[in-house]
Amino acid sequence: MVNFRKGLHDGIPIALGYLSVSFTFGIQCIANGLSWWQAFLISLTNLTSAGQFAGLGIICAGSAAYFQMACTQFIINLRYALMGLSLSQKADGSLKGIHRWLTGFGITDEIFVVAMGNKSEVSNKYMYGLILLPVIGWSGGTFLGAVAGTLLPKVVCSALCIAIYGMFLAIIIPPAKKSSAVLRVILIAVVLSCCFKYVPLMKRVPGGFAIIISTVAASALGALFFPVAENDAKEETAQ
Amino acid sequence: MTDTGVFFIYLAIMAGVTYLIRAVPFVLCKGKIKSKYVRDFLYYVPMAVLGAMTFPDIFYATGNYASSIAGFVVACLLAFFEKSLLTVAISASGAALAVELGMMLIK
Repeated sequence: MVNFRKGLHDGIPIALGYLSVSFTFGIQCIANGLSWWQAFLISLTNLTSAGQFAGLGIICAGSAAYFQMACTQFIINLRYALMGLSLSQKADGSLKGIHRWLTGFGITDEIFVVAMGNKSEVSNKYMYGLILLPVIGWSGGTFLGAVAGTLLPKVVCSALCIAIYGMFLAIIIPPAKKSSAVLRVILIAVVLSCCFKYVPLMKRVPGGFAIIISTVAASALGALFFPVAENDAKEETAQ
Repeated sequence: MTDTGVFFIYLAIMAGVTYLIRAVPFVLCKGKIKSKYVRDFLYYVPMAVLGAMTFPDIFYATGNYASSIAGFVVACLLAFFEKSLLTVAISASGAALAVELGMMLIK
């Protein structure tokens, strides 16, 4: 129980951050014509920011783009595979089998970073405690945002739609400042993504695939031309 | 409004793919990834995907170029000075809102 409580405690700041970002997801769902329960279910079952915002775009595009949805989620969330691999090295003897299948659901950028920040190995009880409040914060914030989205004036809702992009910039700009390789990879991705929006033939590629292609191309070029020194990679993950 | 049946298919795909990507490597992995190239690729993915998702969409986020650009500029400045995610996100929205309200007053 000591472990579980420590996990709960460590999860509080994550839950508060999630509450605010998921609020804008709820608002955006309503703005795009979904119901509050649909917004709530997406957050409860997905527990991820970038993937959900991209998924919302695909759902609202209208056509039954199931393959595009699967590919988009796969690529955008591929980083979790890497985090799962790292976290597996940090797990103690109690965190195995069924417990890994259950706690695997809660591997997010923030939960991963906090779990890895522990001095010792982490137990299954710690992970359950750590995941619980962020899940409540993320789905609860979505619900509140969806309700607010139906009540708040339109001008406030549309202004809040930029919040998620602000958060993305807050994630990518600091490491880009420190590493010219990261900056170059981001710029390649940005230029490609803009090409898919404005260049005549490339414009026909659906949004989800445009993100996948931009991401894979930029990351592959980055891995090829700017190999990461082992220490750099560790520092980034520890942030 | 999206059809409810279609919505549940999308929901199942989103949740299923996202869950499996997280859980399967976590459950199965006992060693370390050996390929340096694959590790570097995975290292760059989060930054690249967020870059591709942010641009150029951030300029259309509020449905109005002026307020979107205001939010973008404020977010860039605060992010450059490494303010917290929450501060950057809320300030960007605040800047966008201020510009939109200002434009309503002028009209």
